[in-house]
Amino acid sequence: MNNLDQLLTIKDLHTGFRIKDTYYDAVDGVSVSLRKNEILAVVGESGCGKSTLATSIIGLYDHNKTRVQGEILYKGKNLALLEEEKLNSVRGEEIGMIFQDPLSALNPLMRIGEQIEEGLIYHTKMSKQERTSRVLELLKQVGIPNPERISRQFPHQLSGGMRQRVIIAIAISCKPNIIIADEPTTALDVTIQAQILDLLKELQKETGAGIILITHDLGVVAETADRVAVMYAGQIIEEAPVDELFANPRHPYTRSLLNSIPQMNSENEKLQVIQGMVPSLVKLPRIGCRFADRIPWIPKEAHEENPTLHEVSPGHLVRCTCWQHFHFESEKGGNSL
Amino acid sequence: MSFMQINDLKVHYPIRGGFFNTVVDNVPAVDGISLEFEKGKAYGLVGESGCGKSTTGKSIIGLEKITSGSIIYEGENVTNKVRGRNSAYNRDIQMIFQDAHSSLNPRKRVQDIIAEPIRNFLKLSPGEERKRINELLAIVGMSEEARLKYPHEFSGGQKQRIGIARAIASNPKLIIADEPVSALDLSVQAQVLNFLKDIQDEFGLSYLFISHDLGVVKHMCDNISIMYKGRFVESGNRKDIYTNPQHIYTKRLLSAIPEVNPTNREERKEIRRAVEVDYLTNHHDYYDENGRVFDLQTISETHQVATSAQKKGGI
Repeated sequence: MNNLDQLLTIKDLHTGFRIKDTYYDAVDGVSVSLRKNEILAVVGESGCGKSTLATSIIGLYDHNKTRVQGEILYKGKNLALLEEEKLNSVRGEEIGMIFQDPLSALNPLMRIGEQIEEGLIYHTKMSKQERTSRVLELLKQVGIPNPERISRQFPHQLSGGMRQRVIIAIAISCKPNIIIADEPTTALDVTIQAQILDLLKELQKETGAGIILITHDLGVVAETADRVAVMYAGQIIEEAPVDELFANPRHPYTRSLLNSIPQMNSENEKLQVIQGMVPSLVKLPRIGCRFADRIPWIPKEAHEENPTLHEVSPGHLVRCTCWQHFHFESEKGGNSL
Repeated sequence: MSFMQINDLKVHYPIRGGFFNTVVDNVPAVDGISLEFEKGKAYGLVGESGCGKSTTGKSIIGLEKITSGSIIYEGENVTNKVRGRNSAYNRDIQMIFQDAHSSLNPRKRVQDIIAEPIRNFLKLSPGEERKRINELLAIVGMSEEARLKYPHEFSGGQKQRIGIARAIASNPKLIIADEPVSALDLSVQAQVLNFLKDIQDEFGLSYLFISHDLGVVKHMCDNISIMYKGRFVESGNRKDIYTNPQHIYTKRLLSAIPEVNPTNREERKEIRRAVEVDYLTNHHDYYDENGRVFDLQTISETHQVATSAQKKGGI
């Protein structure tokens, strides 16, 4: 791996929330990097820490109740230690963010054009005319018909898909190097989702930005990502290039998840169910394999005492050793110890 | 033989305005749909947000006033009828809601939530009632200790199962499930879907499954109707819809679903683009000049598509 290609490097990041004077880590030792021209998908179920990872990167958390430790290296700076003021110059200008719910991310009292212009006023020295033409150019770029009219409208006058396009326009307004998209299509219909994902991919090709796509939808991952990190209980449990992950999923959690999707082209009567529940942040045992409780038919000896990520093939990392002995409960045998 | 027929159901919402706040126009949320329910079958209603699929479900169970059309239940017209606690219709048609949390009364214990339909519709003694509640909890895979707990003590999947236990408490014939799994995580979703299938086989239930997720609907349903702007654009069995879609809207919807397979991305993008072009150029074959969907035309025993009469001759 060439270090020059790396846009963002996260090393052993811990983000904890305070509950009654104790910090509980929602992100628990995540190390991951984003390269240029790459869409990195972070996928996991609710409560696995994927959104916390995103907010940690750009510092959108409550500083009184949150503790961030570790390194988030961007252009040689550690964002985790940066002061609020300096972070402001990074946010929006170098790292853009796309939120899940476009309506609550937009100001209902400001016209679309003004909202896009806001970032430009703050981060650039453009004149009024330059800004206006840039706004129209951006609206055109994200595929909004009739940009002059739309820029004078208010958010409530637009449809969900159009609003999300506006959010994307705001995110790319200062030509950021990194775009963080937190569930960008979850609130949208499938046909609009396909359009927005195509748009994101095109923009990424044009601008060469790196995108961190946070989602729970494995279909979206398969359609858009270049590399995938699967998160479970605050940790990355598997990381691989997208083709490799879907062709050879290794970790028991990834395999179970893939098997529990009701697929279009399978006639299986029964869906795979993962036993038990996602452990809560407070009760989470911080030692041993965190997925062990949910696959009790796998003997204890199969798990590592202190699971780490192992490279099983180039670029394919899997946490713990239990995958070597894993089989679904309904299957017999598998590799015995 | 179907036990329930819905004929030309219409639900129009009035738009009020003007000087005297009179009705100036109507929004046709549901605009003339017909359905029949047979015992032990699952029916799917698919569409994008705002197409009227939830309104259809609500109007069938009586939460929404029907503008015109009729619902015939076992030979009796039950449209817009005032129905009391003794009505067989209320007992036999139950509903599962999308958001399990807000559909459970936070101040009631689980046993009282589940007992509500039992107390309303079945006259059981306290002892029998307790036995029935334990039975229901066992069916949905929960322990008897759950009886005395409150809804907030459970996880999302468990709450949805309490909602299901309540829906099946009165031995219904038809359950209307409005997006029952879309608020749940993937692994929990699989649990609930498996479980809905099990109880369907066991009790011969019929479902009206309302969802925007074509994968889930395919897994659950025998007959599927695709809805757009309050009307059906296509209706047929699983095979008809998924392997032989005829209406452009169905094709567009199917092509937009992300596939869990990263290998043929470019190909699928091309298909999406081709369908989109088709959608824009052949619009008049599928919608009339007001953008309204045509009436359904039968093209095979099970398969119906809404196209113009001229197009029908061409097939």
